[in-house]
Amino acid sequence: MTRFGGILVAIAAVTAVAAPFFLKPFGIFLISTWAVLTIAAIGLNLTLGYAGQISLAQGAFVGIGAYTVALLTPAGMPFFVAFMAAGLLCFAIGWILGYPALRVQHHYLAFVTLAFTTLVFLVLRNEEWLTNGIYGITGTPRPNLLGWKTSGARDFYFLCLGTLTMLSLATWWMLRSPWGRAFLALRENPIRALSLGLDTRRYTLMAFAIGSSLGGLAGALYAPLVQFIEPNSFSFGLSFNLLLMVIVGGSGNFFGPFVGVLIAVLLPEWLRITQGYYLIAYAAAVMVILAFCPTGVLGLIERTRMLVRHKVTGMPPLTSGAGP
Amino acid sequence: MASFIQLLVSGLATGAIYALIAVGFTLLWQTSQTINFAQGEFVMLPAFFVLAAMNAGAPFWLAALIGISLSVLILGILFKVVVVDPMLKYGVLPLVISTIALSLLLKESTKDFYSSQAQPFPALVPAVDVHVFDAVVSTQSLAVLAVAIVTVVSLNLLLNRTRLGRQMQATAQNATLARILGVPVRRMVLYTFLLNAVLVAIASILVSPIYLAKFTNGETLGMAAFIAAIVGGFNQVRGAILGGIILGVLDNLSAAYISSQYRGAFPLIVLIIVILLRPQGLLGRIEERSV
Repeated sequence: MTRFGGILVAIAAVTAVAAPFFLKPFGIFLISTWAVLTIAAIGLNLTLGYAGQISLAQGAFVGIGAYTVALLTPAGMPFFVAFMAAGLLCFAIGWILGYPALRVQHHYLAFVTLAFTTLVFLVLRNEEWLTNGIYGITGTPRPNLLGWKTSGARDFYFLCLGTLTMLSLATWWMLRSPWGRAFLALRENPIRALSLGLDTRRYTLMAFAIGSSLGGLAGALYAPLVQFIEPNSFSFGLSFNLLLMVIVGGSGNFFGPFVGVLIAVLLPEWLRITQGYYLIAYAAAVMVILAFCPTGVLGLIERTRMLVRHKVTGMPPLTSGAGP
Repeated sequence: MASFIQLLVSGLATGAIYALIAVGFTLLWQTSQTINFAQGEFVMLPAFFVLAAMNAGAPFWLAALIGISLSVLILGILFKVVVVDPMLKYGVLPLVISTIALSLLLKESTKDFYSSQAQPFPALVPAVDVHVFDAVVSTQSLAVLAVAIVTVVSLNLLLNRTRLGRQMQATAQNATLARILGVPVRRMVLYTFLLNAVLVAIASILVSPIYLAKFTNGETLGMAAFIAAIVGGFNQVRGAILGGIILGVLDNLSAAYISSQYRGAFPLIVLIIVILLRPQGLLGRIEERSV
């Protein structure tokens, strides 16, 4: 990481820790949502940005994780165990669902995962004995961890932020490992990766399963955060939104999800001044952002910096192949 | 048996509508690698154009023509120039996301600027039940089938029997080669967008009397069209037709005979089976992979 990047990350980290002391409860709820959804978006970024597979199932995995925790904790299971269970379950389901990823790629995979999202939605809605159907599940308790009560909004935010920090460090480490390099090779040129002796089928599955399990872990925090979950929260809408967040932030960029989710969480709130029309404004804003910076906001910043630097040194800017 | 025939006919009618939407979808994919995630909303919208024209005092036939023309203008030309052209050079994915955003935009705009309530929509023919053997079949289903068949047959004639259609097919199969042979590729691509706009407008006028015109109609219709296109074969017009009909019939029969709660699940299960066993679709060709 460059020094410039390091300073930015440090500023962001300080802001993230200090923010809840200056915000009203709704503001704290928003940044908690940001932390939770960022975990899911990091998972999707792994699948999409690094392994190059379009998944529209991330919302469904968040749902599976949320329901796992909402069903297990009232049954007396400690939160930590339920949290891990959500991650493991989504890893397993991701692995099984990932099999189509071996046969089909790109837009076909998008549709398979879209179908999966709908199936999960139908099961959540119809199997009332388990999920309480459209009435949803209310009041998932916020956990006590080693005597630390997280029932307050600020405490729970720090739990979310802490989890986000740990999971992003783990992902960072994984991307620096041979595994992460293999994921990148998959995206850049799967056929070359195969001919270099990489077991592409296993790595694709692995990326998809790990990405899915991060979705499940995000869901595990989502249930106690909003305290009311119902099937509609995890239909297409969430999966689409997560995909949008990753792309708007900059897919394949480690910090992309952080920025993308921040925009997606804050933009609708800022656009509330447009009253009923904020979804229209939001959709239009996304289309404009994409038209001007298809590599996401971070890609745009990167490009601007390159331009400025080359103007200073008098060298022509690199036009392509200069991505980080 | 009687109810089976009834279900079959209404399934065929639904399937014919799905087929029209899916054909437009595959046309866009073939000529310009556009996966239009807003295709469902494209079907939802023209019905509101027609309703708006009728509110302004136009008779139904004129309103329908206005609806189709507006659809060609907005969902054809404007869509291509404003949304697709600037995005296409960045590859498939940003465009996919952009059309997802577009679907949200269209849906919300319809809700906010027209109505969030389902609007009654005039039927093509008065609803009279016709007795075929023992079964009771509504004239509406028959009219839908008739219009859809005429549309598909004329589309096929256009694509296969005219110079224009063959140029469009050449563009779809190999744009570079087509350009070398003197086909105006850019214009052909624009024509497929216009064709798609006409197809969705016709589908809209056919489907709205049955489902009522509502801003959320696009969600199920778009999904059905995607599945139909994949099941039939993404790169074949006749594949999309077959897929649409299979889907419509399956939808109606499974809801009646297996489980209405999981009605939405059967097409998805078929989709997953087809993708696993025959990813190119029932009638599709395998696309070459380039390194």
